[in-house]
Amino acid sequence: MEAVNRFDALFAQAEVGAARRRRLSRVATRAAVYAGAAATALVLAFLVGYILVNGVPYLTPSLFEWTYTSENVSLMPALVSTLIMAALSLLMAVPIGVGSAIYLVEYAPRGSRFVQLVRMTTETLQGIPSIIYGLFGMLFFVTALHWNLSLLSGACTLAIMVLPVIMRTTEEALLAVPDAYREGGFGLGAGRLRTVFRCVLPSAVPGILGGVILALGRCVGEVAALLFTAGTIAQIPNFGTEGVFAVFDSCRTLAVHMYVLASEGLHVNETYATAVVLLIVVVLLNLLATFAAKKMKKGHEE
Amino acid sequence: MNQSALKEGLARALFVLAAAVSVMAVALICVFLFANGVPAMAQIGLPEFLFGTTWRPANDLFGIFPMIVGSIYVTAGAMVVGVPAGLLCAIFLSRFASGRVASVLKPGVELLAGIPSVVYGFFGLVIIVPFIRTYMTGRGLSLLAAAVLLGIMILPTIITVAQSALDAVPRKYYEGALALGATHERSVFRVIVPAATSGIMAAIVLGVGRAIGETMAVIMVAGNQPAIPGSLFEGVRTMTANIVLEMGYAADLHRGALIATGVVLFVFILLITGLFNAAKKKGEVR
Repeated sequence: MEAVNRFDALFAQAEVGAARRRRLSRVATRAAVYAGAAATALVLAFLVGYILVNGVPYLTPSLFEWTYTSENVSLMPALVSTLIMAALSLLMAVPIGVGSAIYLVEYAPRGSRFVQLVRMTTETLQGIPSIIYGLFGMLFFVTALHWNLSLLSGACTLAIMVLPVIMRTTEEALLAVPDAYREGGFGLGAGRLRTVFRCVLPSAVPGILGGVILALGRCVGEVAALLFTAGTIAQIPNFGTEGVFAVFDSCRTLAVHMYVLASEGLHVNETYATAVVLLIVVVLLNLLATFAAKKMKKGHEE
Repeated sequence: MNQSALKEGLARALFVLAAAVSVMAVALICVFLFANGVPAMAQIGLPEFLFGTTWRPANDLFGIFPMIVGSIYVTAGAMVVGVPAGLLCAIFLSRFASGRVASVLKPGVELLAGIPSVVYGFFGLVIIVPFIRTYMTGRGLSLLAAAVLLGIMILPTIITVAQSALDAVPRKYYEGALALGATHERSVFRVIVPAATSGIMAAIVLGVGRAIGETMAVIMVAGNQPAIPGSLFEGVRTMTANIVLEMGYAADLHRGALIATGVVLFVFILLITGLFNAAKKKGEVR
């Protein structure tokens, strides 16, 4: 009898120990998971906070003067060039990206060789680092086509770089449109083209817009692909006097401008301020993208 | 009627043409990179180019082995820093976070993904580099600084991809584990995470791709000495940095050698993309 009691006691002790260990491992895993999330949040908060605190006081009017001099290190030319550059590259990438996504989703026969090839190359394009695009742009647009370091060379390079982003998001947006829309279009006697443009595309617009904004963000932040294609001259391409030929002017975008400032190391405060402007642009684009995504979700719930 | 058929055909042709652009782009990139890089490789000699440990363009010595090793070191370091934090954060977002917390953290992660690499590089230059210089040893511009910075930069990639893999695990797996008496933590780590392995692998491979291809941020913090680093606190030069640093003034064989560096990097990326696709395909089979 006593032996049994001793056994029971031992067993209970072991059970208590096991429970404690279980609780410990539970707490430890939970702590690790929370720590991982907290680390991410802290890094983000610290990075953004540090740059804002150090940069906002130096957002002076001289930083936004129309022409760049080595004294005011104005970011205005870079900002304007960024807008022109991004607009130009999206002007090329969006029609091509949306067009090819339409082909893949709406036209292509399932599992054709060509479709497989397009998908494979798009995935490859997506994985290529920007410096390779920069090298290619330098070899092809700048050297082979003799466009020199120019707005156009840079914009074409960026267009190829963001093409897979636009293609993929457009594809997803088109796939999310219910087939009933297409059947409705066909049922009313519309051809494929009319069905795509009148029934399918309108409800995919917010998704496509999300992709365009994502692409815009990449254009704004890009440096490596532009250094040897668009160059680093701090000027606004002179469309006023040169007309269309201003696309062959060299220019630097905001991110390139910031890289040049940071690597010169002479204007640290202005670099912070430039970083603030870049961050603001990125945050605005992010908000827009979130808004577009929400709109799309709502559209499909209706 | 005829006119509308013509319109349809024309539109179809245009769409096919658009789809062909990406195929053409990849073909052009391959042709131009290889056509400009391979002759230089041949002239230097492939073994001397890939395994030569001295990079001294002035003396016509073009060995990129230090840069290859540098890229691998930096990428491996970034994985050590970024993968555990990223995966844990993804697990948190997918299975632990309350709706309110997730609705703040998720846009935060997206913002992290959108921040340009120059801004990261500058942050590394003014925070991480001085920190290493002051509290550890060396000049601060080092392998360690590059690894930590890249670890931060790949966080959003890893978190986003891993989270969508975790979210895709069927609910019944989790419920089954709970029904067997496992705690929430145990069910997540022993059932859900293993079920999402292929997606998590894809996230890691994508992170590797981003880290090895990153250029501007690395240049700003890595020191860029073309030699194999002896410790974490020594400077390192990656393949990407090698291209950007010298392309501005390179000519002739030097220029060819830099483009050839790009070719090597490109081959690395192609291998990684292949790996990524393999990981994804394995996930689909399951």
